[in-house]
Amino acid sequence: MSHQYHSMRASQKTDYLIVWLYAILVAIGIFCIFMVEYNPNEDIVQSFLSGKTNYSRQLFFTGLCIIAATFILLSDSKIFTAFANLFYAFGILLMLATFVIGDNINGSKSWIRLGGGFNLQPAELCKIFTALALAKFLSNQETDFTKLKSQAIGAAIALIPAVLSIAQQETGLALVYASFFMVMYREGLPSIILIVGFSFAALVIATLLLEPNTLALILTALALCIIYILRKQIKKQKKILTYIIVIWAVCVGIQRFAVPYLFNNVLKCYQSTRVYSMVGKDYDCSQNKHTIANPTKAVRKPDDYNVRQSKIAIGSGGLLGKGVLKGTQTRGKYVPEQHTDFIFTSLGEAFGFVGCFTFLMIYLLLLFRIVRIAERQRSTFSRVYAYSVVSILFFHITVNICMTIGLFPIIGIPLPLVSYGGSSLLTFTILIFILLRLDADRQMVLR
Amino acid sequence: MSVYHQSKSRVIQIIFVVIFAIITGQLVNLQIFSSKYRIMADNNAIYRKVIYPDRGIIFDRKQRAILENTIMYDLMVIPSDAKATDKIELCKLLNIDTAEYRKRIVTAIIKNTSVKSSVFEPLLSPELYAKLNENIYKFPGFILQERSIRNYPYNTAAAILGYLGEVDTAFLRKYRGEGYEMGDYTGLNGLERTYEKVLMGQRGIKRFIRDNRGRLQGSFEKGAFDTTAIAGRNLYTSIDIEVQQLAEKLLQNKIGSAVAINPKTGSVIAMATSPSYNPNSLIGSSRRRNFGKFLLDTARPLLNRAIKGQYPPGSTFKPLGGLVALDEGLITPTYGFNCFGAYVNCGKPVRCTHAGGGHASDLRRAIAYSCNSYFVHVFRMAVDNPAYANPQQGYLKWKEYMNTFGLGVPLGIDLPGEAKASIPDTSRYNKDFGGFARWKSCNILTLGIGQDRMTATPLQLANLMCIIANRGYYYTPHIVDSIENETIDDTAYLAKYRLKHEVTHVADSTYKIIQDGMEDVTIYGTASFLKVPGHKYCAKTGTAQNPHGKNHAVFTAFAPKDNPTIAISVVVENSGYGGTWAGPVATLLMEKYLNDTLTTASAKRAEEFSTIDLIPAAIKKWYYRKDSIRAVKEREKEKEMEQRHDIETDTTNNIKTTFDPEAEPNRKSDDDKRENNMIKQTPMLNNTNDKKKKKDSTLP
Repeated sequence: MSHQYHSMRASQKTDYLIVWLYAILVAIGIFCIFMVEYNPNEDIVQSFLSGKTNYSRQLFFTGLCIIAATFILLSDSKIFTAFANLFYAFGILLMLATFVIGDNINGSKSWIRLGGGFNLQPAELCKIFTALALAKFLSNQETDFTKLKSQAIGAAIALIPAVLSIAQQETGLALVYASFFMVMYREGLPSIILIVGFSFAALVIATLLLEPNTLALILTALALCIIYILRKQIKKQKKILTYIIVIWAVCVGIQRFAVPYLFNNVLKCYQSTRVYSMVGKDYDCSQNKHTIANPTKAVRKPDDYNVRQSKIAIGSGGLLGKGVLKGTQTRGKYVPEQHTDFIFTSLGEAFGFVGCFTFLMIYLLLLFRIVRIAERQRSTFSRVYAYSVVSILFFHITVNICMTIGLFPIIGIPLPLVSYGGSSLLTFTILIFILLRLDADRQMVLR
Repeated sequence: MSVYHQSKSRVIQIIFVVIFAIITGQLVNLQIFSSKYRIMADNNAIYRKVIYPDRGIIFDRKQRAILENTIMYDLMVIPSDAKATDKIELCKLLNIDTAEYRKRIVTAIIKNTSVKSSVFEPLLSPELYAKLNENIYKFPGFILQERSIRNYPYNTAAAILGYLGEVDTAFLRKYRGEGYEMGDYTGLNGLERTYEKVLMGQRGIKRFIRDNRGRLQGSFEKGAFDTTAIAGRNLYTSIDIEVQQLAEKLLQNKIGSAVAINPKTGSVIAMATSPSYNPNSLIGSSRRRNFGKFLLDTARPLLNRAIKGQYPPGSTFKPLGGLVALDEGLITPTYGFNCFGAYVNCGKPVRCTHAGGGHASDLRRAIAYSCNSYFVHVFRMAVDNPAYANPQQGYLKWKEYMNTFGLGVPLGIDLPGEAKASIPDTSRYNKDFGGFARWKSCNILTLGIGQDRMTATPLQLANLMCIIANRGYYYTPHIVDSIENETIDDTAYLAKYRLKHEVTHVADSTYKIIQDGMEDVTIYGTASFLKVPGHKYCAKTGTAQNPHGKNHAVFTAFAPKDNPTIAISVVVENSGYGGTWAGPVATLLMEKYLNDTLTTASAKRAEEFSTIDLIPAAIKKWYYRKDSIRAVKEREKEKEMEQRHDIETDTTNNIKTTFDPEAEPNRKSDDDKRENNMIKQTPMLNNTNDKKKKKDSTLP
């Protein structure tokens, strides 16, 4: 197999639908950043080429990404399996290095300055390495993922970078690693974990919404109902009753102690405030451990300015939107961080519901396509990796869009391929193009 | 195993779809079902700027602008741009120190943020403007912004022209939907109020886009929703500003009013009230301070006495009394009454200046000699008219005449707040005399000589002169003759001023006799010492009894006799003789109007007259106290004294006096008491202790 022949085959087998979707999304991204930063007094062509505006920089990043993507497509797919663990180790090392040589940008010490005005966020790159490492681990023939030990190792691979991210004050990025549980679910993690996870989330939200005593009463009533319904089974098996009582006790415990502890002691004041404001409540910062520890910082009134302006921008778009460059919220810079985390608002304002829905469908098509690619792999490594990619994308899209429309507290994570930011764009490019490279070699069984 | 995995892949896909469906659902909720976000976005970003057109200009009868607009300049600052400014030099120009500069900048930032412009120094003087304009390039961040304000070039006619003021919430509620907003100005008094809609023009609205810090980013939708401002229309009035100025000058240092009307059209030539104020003191930044001062002033400079002051007309009413009897056919001009110096037919005598000599042998002489007996008798004849069943019916007929003459009803001049004054109803007398029809013409006989409960505003008195001058008709007095580009609405509004009111059916020859009588007043009667050079004029003096202090001097006149073009009434409160204190004002004004100038002698007399101080002592005392540092202490002491006095001596009086004797020097007691006094006093006109007053009260 000559090298030339190999590369030709790779390009032929590349899934061009994904490439097209990728290109469309990146183009939409640059266009949205342009809408945000548009200044009627400047010459458009010149400002696109000047490198001074964010959209021109994003264009430059796209160029870099195309080069990176080409390199990946031309590379040998065996590299990724061979070096997966090494990459992972390198990534962890980089993250640890940020504690020493990192710079403080936007309040989190997770960046390494590269010079020339460019910065690197190792936590972003670590997503790729974690995906590869997890794929490598699960594709190992010795790994039996039905066993608890394997499950624990899998979880550890995903959680180590997450813990490091939290240490770097990047809660948003840390949460992304939770998406690997979806991969593990696909690879044999019992469904009960997902169910418990969802139940826990529902309980936390219920705790926020309802009075503690009311919720306790509801839970008790629920438990009694279940006991009544299952009374015949309980007579046969006393164990069920014990289970129900234990579950009830855990629920009440979570609701009574764990959730308040989480908000008052683990999360910081602004984080708790954001979560509370999502359900339309005010969080009393004076109860927060972090504020009590630093009483010098004035307790600021809870402020949902970002979400409010974001919702106004999207909501005012209406069915068909206000039109390109006619969005008053965007033109007036009412939405903070609109070119990065809140990029979806410019789309919502300019193109309305129709635009948003079309945009979502592009994403959904991308996700479904990747799932389909995943399922057609013969190699476990490729499949696990594909699921990692789709999980990461899905998590980013969901959290980011839900945050802009007020369904999720504000967490600073970007919208894949669309938000401004070189690190983010490069990460997703590499993620997707490694997947394409692996898919091109799907006839081979990679280990 | 494969099936199991297949299902897991399905589950994952279902999760995708469910989450995307939730997102779509929220998008539908936000973008399609919630209209509030659109409104919120507009509130955020669209800045509506109201463009105020120039208000209309008000002209006098010789096309001189008496209320116009001038451009004044405010010095504005944008604090964030002003860092490089030459502070020291600017402070030197404005004559402030740098501490004050810093204070103002801080205030501006607090008020309006550092990126928006705020007023640094309002309403610059012309010299300061010139200096700043020259050097403004040295002060980046500072801008001179022009502002249109009202200007009264003659510093006069405050009560007629009125003033502008900021609208309040009550006003906004009342005129909802007329485009007023908080912070707008509207006419609050005078012509500014009455013709607000004409003067204000049509406001324009410009819409701008503003950013998150309130900076304007350009016009909204390229101005598609903007409306242009249309300037207010001008008013052409009948005021003669020079006559007006003279009237105000003559009334200086007095409390009173003068009204001059052109009887041929009902157009007001001058309408002065005193004390008054300089209308320019109620514009711009000094408005708030001065308005409060005027409002608290006990002499009430904001009160337009010409239409709100209510005075007993006294003897000036007599020709009207004659007219009623003539119109009812009760007397003829040759009717005479034998007066021996007092009217005694009703018990208590009503004294008369003259005695015997046939001074009331006919109507003309009775008017010339101002015979009390004659007009009391004529009034009784009207009330006891045999054509009516009882005196009450007769009185009602008489009252009807008064109302058609414009007494006891508001005339409808185009100024807000006109008083209707008083011609009492029968019910009032029923109450006074303790029951229905328990009174006769004898009980109310002094109505015939313009006393008792009868009051009239100076405007109404001038209007009475118009009726006599016109020989039986009048036009509703009005100030505005025409409006620029008159619309149908305007014509409808002005129509009532172009309507002739016929009030009597008395022959012109009879009117001539009344006019002759009034001319006699100026030849050998009470006004014989007053002349209008080059013109014959008719007049009637009055010295109105009033229960508080000295008599009010009243003087009504019209001129020239044969072709009257000015009818005038003057009231000077608490001064004395009508001829002495009100007469000169009237004759000088007529001279000014008819001859367009005053003779040297007249000018000298006017100068002298304007310096005469007739302000009641109580008011002077009030001013003195107000100015005095001891004011507070003194007032407290007095209060204590008064209280002690009340407790010691006046324990029977349960009715607390609710008025401030300083603020209302003319008032001796509360309303009921005052009316009782009037009833007690008026039938006995000579019931005064003061010797001098005794003389006054004999009604010349």
